Amino acid sequence: MTIKFPDIDYAAIAPLLIMFGVAALGVLVEAFVPKRARHLTQLVLALAGLVAALVVLVTQAETRVVTAGGAIAVDGPALFLQGSIIVLAIMAVLLIGERSLEKGGPFVAQAAITVGSEDDRRQAARADGATEVYPLATFAIFGMMLFVSANDLLTMFIALEVLSLPLYLMCALARRRRLVSQEAALKYFMLGAYASAFFLFGVALVYGFTASVQAAPGRMAGGVDFATIHAAATQSPANRALLFGGLAMIAIGLLFKAAAAPFHVWTPDVYQGAPTAVTGFMAACTKVAAFGALLRVLYVAFDGARWDFTPVLGAIAILTMLVGAVLSVTQTDLKRLLAYSSIANAGYLLVGVLAGVREGISSTMFYLVAYGFTVIAAFAVVTLVRDADGEATHLSRWAGLGRRSPVFAGVFTFILLAFAGIPLTSGFISKFAVFGAALDGGQTWLVIAGVITSMVLAFPYLRVVVMMWLSEPGESTPTIAVPGALTAAALVIGVAATLVLGVAPAPLLNLSDTAGQFIR
Amino acid sequence: MQDFPYLTVLTGLPLLGAIVVWCLPKSRPETAKIVALAWSLLVFVLSVVMWIAFDAGGDRFQLRESYQWIPTWDARFTFAADGIALVMLLLVTVLVPIVIVASWHDADKSRRSIPTYFALLLVLECTMIGVFAAADVFLFYVFFEVMLVPMYFLIGSFGGHQRQYAAVKFFLYSLVGGLFMLAAVIGLWVVGGHTFDWQALTSSEFATNTGRWLFLGFFIAFAIKAPFFPFHTWLPDAGGAAPAGAAALLVGVLDKVGTFGILRYCLPLFPEASRWFAPWAIALALIGIIYAALLAIGQNDLKRLVSYTSIAHFGFIGVGIFAFTTQAGTGAVLYMLNHGLATGLLFLVVGMLVARRDSANIRDFGGAGKLVPVLAGVLFFAGLASLALPGTAPFVSEFLVLVGTFTVNKPVAVIATVGIILAAAYVLWMVQRTTQGNLNPALLEEPRMRRDLSVREKVVVAPLILLILFLGFYPKPVTDVINPAVQATMQDVGKSDPAPISGTTTEAAVK
Repeated sequence: MTIKFPDIDYAAIAPLLIMFGVAALGVLVEAFVPKRARHLTQLVLALAGLVAALVVLVTQAETRVVTAGGAIAVDGPALFLQGSIIVLAIMAVLLIGERSLEKGGPFVAQAAITVGSEDDRRQAARADGATEVYPLATFAIFGMMLFVSANDLLTMFIALEVLSLPLYLMCALARRRRLVSQEAALKYFMLGAYASAFFLFGVALVYGFTASVQAAPGRMAGGVDFATIHAAATQSPANRALLFGGLAMIAIGLLFKAAAAPFHVWTPDVYQGAPTAVTGFMAACTKVAAFGALLRVLYVAFDGARWDFTPVLGAIAILTMLVGAVLSVTQTDLKRLLAYSSIANAGYLLVGVLAGVREGISSTMFYLVAYGFTVIAAFAVVTLVRDADGEATHLSRWAGLGRRSPVFAGVFTFILLAFAGIPLTSGFISKFAVFGAALDGGQTWLVIAGVITSMVLAFPYLRVVVMMWLSEPGESTPTIAVPGALTAAALVIGVAATLVLGVAPAPLLNLSDTAGQFIR
Repeated sequence: MQDFPYLTVLTGLPLLGAIVVWCLPKSRPETAKIVALAWSLLVFVLSVVMWIAFDAGGDRFQLRESYQWIPTWDARFTFAADGIALVMLLLVTVLVPIVIVASWHDADKSRRSIPTYFALLLVLECTMIGVFAAADVFLFYVFFEVMLVPMYFLIGSFGGHQRQYAAVKFFLYSLVGGLFMLAAVIGLWVVGGHTFDWQALTSSEFATNTGRWLFLGFFIAFAIKAPFFPFHTWLPDAGGAAPAGAAALLVGVLDKVGTFGILRYCLPLFPEASRWFAPWAIALALIGIIYAALLAIGQNDLKRLVSYTSIAHFGFIGVGIFAFTTQAGTGAVLYMLNHGLATGLLFLVVGMLVARRDSANIRDFGGAGKLVPVLAGVLFFAGLASLALPGTAPFVSEFLVLVGTFTVNKPVAVIATVGIILAAAYVLWMVQRTTQGNLNPALLEEPRMRRDLSVREKVVVAPLILLILFLGFYPKPVTDVINPAVQATMQDVGKSDPAPISGTTTEAAVK
């Protein structure tokens, strides 16, 4: 018996292979490169790998192919989202690589040492941090890129695990406030494991559904690739319970990663506890990956069940926007505030996803990119506001910051205005895009809920602006550290992108529009 | 001369100036002030040239320019001015240099950067020009929202007592209104055939219910901006806390965006809904006239008092717009201009008084006319202009509004007239309590209260006084420009003027 290997279009999946190679190489660097040179080697390797992957990706821009035995789809949305993940990851890696703000960088070498023990105090004070964070990050990036182009549920599940496991670890690496950091990692891991289990069980139910539909003589058995699911879902047999149950569980797994209510409870704790650079990475890249996968699952596989899932997911979208907006009003910690704001943004993204028209895909993708740039820049500023105990994230500590350093306060104000959706920022254009698409798709109520929650959400942002500019600096107002070249670069990229996408969004809107077509 | 891109340059020029001023060193504030003034005068000169280039008897929209912006949505940089917009643009460019001179020392007391203050004023000018010049709904919305940001910082950073509270309240109120409008703008784009072009949208038909909802979205935003009762509560706070110059711009120009928006967007885009909502709008306007006047009478804070008077005046403008006659409409637009001049003057003069006394409380004054007779005289004049005394410009407009309303709706006109009597009460009582009567001995202890108007302050008030008098006696140059635009708007709404009963009197008033 001969085994026929599937045909693989290596050129189409070259960006994925590059990221995987870089991640594997990073592990080898940990093993063989002397300790002194490791940080620089890892940083250069990661950045070079990302840039190389981006270049290859651009050359593949016209590719539309399903390859690797139907496991991977390289189409417009996949390429667009992979490109977004790479660009945002470059910014995040720049933040991760910053070592001038804190001696030895923002990470510790060993995350698992008991907090408060002698060893832990020594490693927190000792200079060198972990360089394992680079291979972890690159593996996660690889997982995210695979996640958005997976063309069957099993590949998607594997990608989900590949991106999740490194993230759990990275959350535990914070040099300061070790206990909170470990708690964040554990919480993320526990809940993430549940979400993965739900996802996997959903896959099983969907397999059962397709098998029951295709059980007619002469037909193949069931399958979990999206074409089979699509065909089965559109045939509308008598009993669709398995389909709905499976879809619901898969959605839970994805919405957990996307931080949509009521699966959002981990977000504030994890965002607060994780090292800020990692938080920025999660807020930008994980969101892109999660929503990319959600788009593909809903538009490619379960398109036939649109009328059934739209009301349920619509309710979730409204709940997410409400929870994010209302709870962010009461926050006093800046990282938690940004966490709730990211929950609310997940709601707006869901509005775009549920539009059900082609513009829904492209506007969601535009939103993801625009939001990613802004949110990484926001966390970059957070890393800069420090005192002797590390970052000063309590809101009251930011009072009068505009007086101390008007440039950074101005930058952060601009970022907050972008979050609030004021015109001439990318935040406005992206909100306009998703709401327009949703209204086009007839989802009037979602748009109304979105507009109302935007009003609520403006208040917490404005409170921070008031704190920074209109309050007098107190005794405890921290100084803003001079950013190292890496942080400065990330910050400049993020702010410039927020402005450019707000003033001249046409090129990216065009790109997302032409890319907004899935293949099956 | 029509080919020069007036409106683009007019919008961009102040922004450029703001960047230049902002970059000037903080250590030499005088340079920043002079550059800002020179720049705003340059803008003013350009706007005068534009006024000359505008052909009053020509097309409704002139000086049209259109550049591609976001092709995916068909959003364009389209600028065009009709008579109404032209008048408002002139008001902006006249007021800004005056405000800059008036605020010469406003920022000195604050510990903030002085160039920033003047840069913010110029940014504000840019957005105000843009909002009146835009002929693309998306572009209009962008300017409408961005306008908040410089004003927020002017109030919040350079304002007086309770500035934080006032700035946040101003921002949140406006933002909420703006988001209602955002929903309506998106809705308009979806049902109007995926375009933002004003002219294309006016020719599209909407279902009755859709039109009414969209009208409501726009109207709430404009009613908050204007502000109409019951959305007015932010204005006294913002007006009371803002520095005098910024307050003059806030009440004189910024709030006109609301009434301008109703005329330019609500009426022509949704004629059916406008007619349907007109009684409600008129009711709100009438309540505003009476209620705000009563509140103004009860005020002890000078700046808050002036803010309340302008809420009452916006009631008149609202009545004039929704009466749907050309006279009332022309009156309303003329009122927008005259109110900008008169209330702007009143705010600036009050600001001069307040700066001398370091207090806006009326009880802290009394008999001030004995110490500063010229200042007291200007205050009296500004007050009279504000209560629409014949001979001052607001009289013409108030009269036109009332006459135009009377021909179609007598009870409304009669109730509105009560507002005139109340206006006399709050203005005269305010003037009496501050400048007349026995001299408050506390004033003698304040050395600055002995200084009458300086040359700089005379330069501030003189052009406004002259304009108010000139337009009071000879409003024709302005009405000639306004009339065709208002007539076109009334045609859009589908209302024609009632046949004149004794046509000569009203016709004469328009001419």
